[in-house]
Amino acid sequence: MPVEFPGIGGGDTRDGPETAPRPAPGPRRSAARSVRAHRRYGWDRVLLASGSGSAAPARAAAPPVNGAGKNGEPESPALKVITTRHPGRWVAAAVIAVLLAMVASALITNPAWEWEVVGEFLFAPSVLRAVVFTLELTALGIVFGFLLGTVLALMRLSKNPLLSSAAWGYIALFRSIPLILQLLFWYNLALLYPRLSFGVPFGPAFFDIGTMDLIGPVTAAALGLALHQAAYAAEIVRAGLLSVDHGQREAAAALGIPRTRQLLRIVLPQAMRSIVPTAGNEIIGLVKGTSVVYIMALPELFYQVQVIYNRNGRVMALLLVATIWYLVMTSVMSVAQHYIERHYGKGRA
Amino acid sequence: MSAAMVDLKAVHKSFGSLEVLRGVDLQVGAGEVTVIIGPSGSGKSTLLRTVNHLEKVDSGSVTVDGELVGYRRAGDRLYELSEREILRQRTRIGFVFQSFNLFPHLTVRQNVTEAPTSAQRRPKAEVEALAVRLLERVGLSDKIDAYPRQLSGGQQQRVAIARALALEPKVILFDEPTSALDPELVGEVLDVVKDLAVSGTTMIVVTHEIGFAREVADTVVFMDEGRIVERGTPAQVLDAPRHERTRLFLSKVL
Repeated sequence: MPVEFPGIGGGDTRDGPETAPRPAPGPRRSAARSVRAHRRYGWDRVLLASGSGSAAPARAAAPPVNGAGKNGEPESPALKVITTRHPGRWVAAAVIAVLLAMVASALITNPAWEWEVVGEFLFAPSVLRAVVFTLELTALGIVFGFLLGTVLALMRLSKNPLLSSAAWGYIALFRSIPLILQLLFWYNLALLYPRLSFGVPFGPAFFDIGTMDLIGPVTAAALGLALHQAAYAAEIVRAGLLSVDHGQREAAAALGIPRTRQLLRIVLPQAMRSIVPTAGNEIIGLVKGTSVVYIMALPELFYQVQVIYNRNGRVMALLLVATIWYLVMTSVMSVAQHYIERHYGKGRA
Repeated sequence: MSAAMVDLKAVHKSFGSLEVLRGVDLQVGAGEVTVIIGPSGSGKSTLLRTVNHLEKVDSGSVTVDGELVGYRRAGDRLYELSEREILRQRTRIGFVFQSFNLFPHLTVRQNVTEAPTSAQRRPKAEVEALAVRLLERVGLSDKIDAYPRQLSGGQQQRVAIARALALEPKVILFDEPTSALDPELVGEVLDVVKDLAVSGTTMIVVTHEIGFAREVADTVVFMDEGRIVERGTPAQVLDAPRHERTRLFLSKVL
């Protein structure tokens, strides 16, 4: 410990009070050493030894001379820690607080928001039905999107070049077409194919059915959302599967665990760790994404508030109603996501 | 040695243009412990992985307990078995990895019971009892409900050994079981392996622990550049090597 203490000569430990409060280099270690030394020799011996040239132990032994020497236990000087001040943070916090207050005041005091109208329509039956329908569309889009997406991901990871390039082509195509365009295609499919027939490919048909009867507006919307979502889900699932260490699948194979069981019990649960956060993003995106379905005149939330404000003219208040419901839905989903992530994080904490 | 538990004949294996195994013959009798040593890149891990068909051989044959591994023979042709058949064969061949490869999202108990229940379809109660016994045997009874991440490397490898034993395999393959461990944890794993050796388990162990080889092996095999250079008792191979390459290798690791 080659530390110079101005004013303390090497080994000069007997000069009383003013040396005592100085922090010894490495207080913990020297305290420990003092204890050992004390137990073995008693303080007198240590002081003697320190007088004979070894500087570090001398300093270590110094405090007891003034402090706890009498009752036998050494006392390292109690040092108070003063944390760094952050005046900038306080200023920034004050600025934010003022801005928040301004926003709140602007929202509350401006009568143009028409909070009483918001209150009137927030729980109106037609709005609640629209919220439920929005959730249904989201669920259909996510469930079928991720089912198809998982199949596409497995296809892309397949060793068969036709399977993997077909999946690649699907993903490239459906990621390139705006959702709103795709919805219109499905909605107007009857213009291209008035009747759909089911049977042997290129062979006889068993029965056929009018396209309009099979694919109504709701089906078209769900189909469009699911097919669109599948393209993104495929990449999310594929990334998740790739994130699982190769050794996991190898260990499962070496243990003779059946193929599907390997996937469902060993690989997918681990892939979920990286799938869930991104999938959560997608679901929340889709809750809001369903609003484009309004072009098909389906009574989801956004379409429904438009219907109402076209009737009563309270545009801002009703847009606010929609905003509040979208906020509520996504917030609930964020909380759910937190718990799902915790479930799949088992054994990782 | 017609009654060999493991019988490798003229095994060849290439990765692209690199020939990793150049005609390996190896017989391991029932209850015997064979230790394979050799420099890295000598093909010893690849050889071990051909025994349970984690690596397919290019030519030659691998037989475990009289059953051809990974193939069905008809005349002078070998037809590769379906994945289901191969998986069934692997339940009879335990494998312990260098990096443990425990399933991190499953508890120690679930790690041990997974394969016997899903691959061998044995009753759950029987497998649970077996897991308790095996974890006791490797000295980890108190960790049965822990997750792998909560265990030290040595403990994880002991769980991995229990997991392999749970299938009641005819032979256990160890691929450098202590190479990923901190030095002070090597002993506890080797003690478990030794215990298995004493109890008559057929084993092939790839390792760099020469002391372990001397103590436990019935046969020591020295491999270099995809071939078996020399084999014999530990005394013959480790103390009186006949080949220059063996001597050179031993002088570096001892």
